[in-house]
Amino acid sequence: MENLIGLALNSVFVGNILLAYFLGMCSFIAVSKNMQTAIGLGFAVIFVLSITTPANWLVYHYLLAPGALAWAGLPGMDLSFLKFILFIAVIAALVQGVEMIIDRYLSGLYNALGVFLPLITVNCAILGTSLFMVEREYTFSETLVYGVGSGTGWMLAIVSMAAIRRKLRYADVPKGLEGFGITMITTGLIAMAFMLFSGITL
Amino acid sequence: MKLTRSPSFKILTEPLQKNNPISNQILGICSALAVTVQLNTAIVMSVALTAVVAFSNLTISLLRNIIPRNIRIIVEVAVIATLVILADEIIRAFMYQISKQLSVFVGLIITNCIVMGRAETYAMSNPPWRSFLDGIGNGLGYSSVLIGVAFIRELLGSGKLLGFQIVPAMFYEAGYRNMGIMLLAPGAFIIIGLFSWWQNIMKKE
Repeated sequence: MENLIGLALNSVFVGNILLAYFLGMCSFIAVSKNMQTAIGLGFAVIFVLSITTPANWLVYHYLLAPGALAWAGLPGMDLSFLKFILFIAVIAALVQGVEMIIDRYLSGLYNALGVFLPLITVNCAILGTSLFMVEREYTFSETLVYGVGSGTGWMLAIVSMAAIRRKLRYADVPKGLEGFGITMITTGLIAMAFMLFSGITL
Repeated sequence: MKLTRSPSFKILTEPLQKNNPISNQILGICSALAVTVQLNTAIVMSVALTAVVAFSNLTISLLRNIIPRNIRIIVEVAVIATLVILADEIIRAFMYQISKQLSVFVGLIITNCIVMGRAETYAMSNPPWRSFLDGIGNGLGYSSVLIGVAFIRELLGSGKLLGFQIVPAMFYEAGYRNMGIMLLAPGAFIIIGLFSWWQNIMKKE
């Protein structure tokens, strides 16, 4: 249990998927201009990550990993090279499915998140989390915690960035550094602040 | 006609400075930052990405008339993912150490917006040879930023280039220290911000 709490804290702060591993930058820069959309996208990422990462764990451990097909009578099979294409397919299919379900039954949630869901399929944070989950050999419960934690960390980063950019509108930024340049430098400073958490272990 | 005036040359060089995919169109930075701690990983990543963009553009351009409009995204993803698997297997077979350092970032070429973006906006409506050149041009534009950032980070962060010591021992004795921040994530963000500033200044002149 302690191990899981440690992992959760680590994936939200120290190993923040955006600030330490640079994943999901494209939408981070495009969407952090506006607070409302940043919050919406943040929740959508948490939601999608907490579904797709465990789903991909199941796919990997029952279909792809070396020896995973033993239940089908093929113990010598190693399909792990197919993980890229299968993970992205699982993510796309799940996102599409979830979109249809919440459109049908939870129209309030759909109005808040609906626009963002298709965008998320190509967000590298989603695929990246699944690939890290394989590389670090997490167990199923660790995967669950890691998925939710990574999403929360990403949302924390994008919401704080949106807040800073709102203030930046009144700042006198040198010409040429405006937009992309200053956003990257600010992100660097946020990343530095997040690294202060690295001393904390449970 | 002079070489520099020909349309192919223009397709190839435009993404290098004027329309750089990273610092101008803000595409594909996800992977650009993580692999730039050392120069050699950045070079391998650049070669892999350039090959994937060029060949995915070529393949999709060849298929552009037979891909049904509604399912084109799925076809594009399938083509790109296949090429990325090939690139990943090749790197793992011939450069095992580097593949360990690149970890998941080769796989993340699939979701790199440059590859998808070029396939969708250029290759779907242009002939194969031009699409191929466009892919190489965009790959090189990406590579130029990646290698530039990696050069600065490795030089300032560990005093080395491609693993060879560059900063002489004399400097260290005189009190010079490596900048540890360059090896960590914040260094990459700040360098790439300054890089785009420099590029904007150059463009104006």
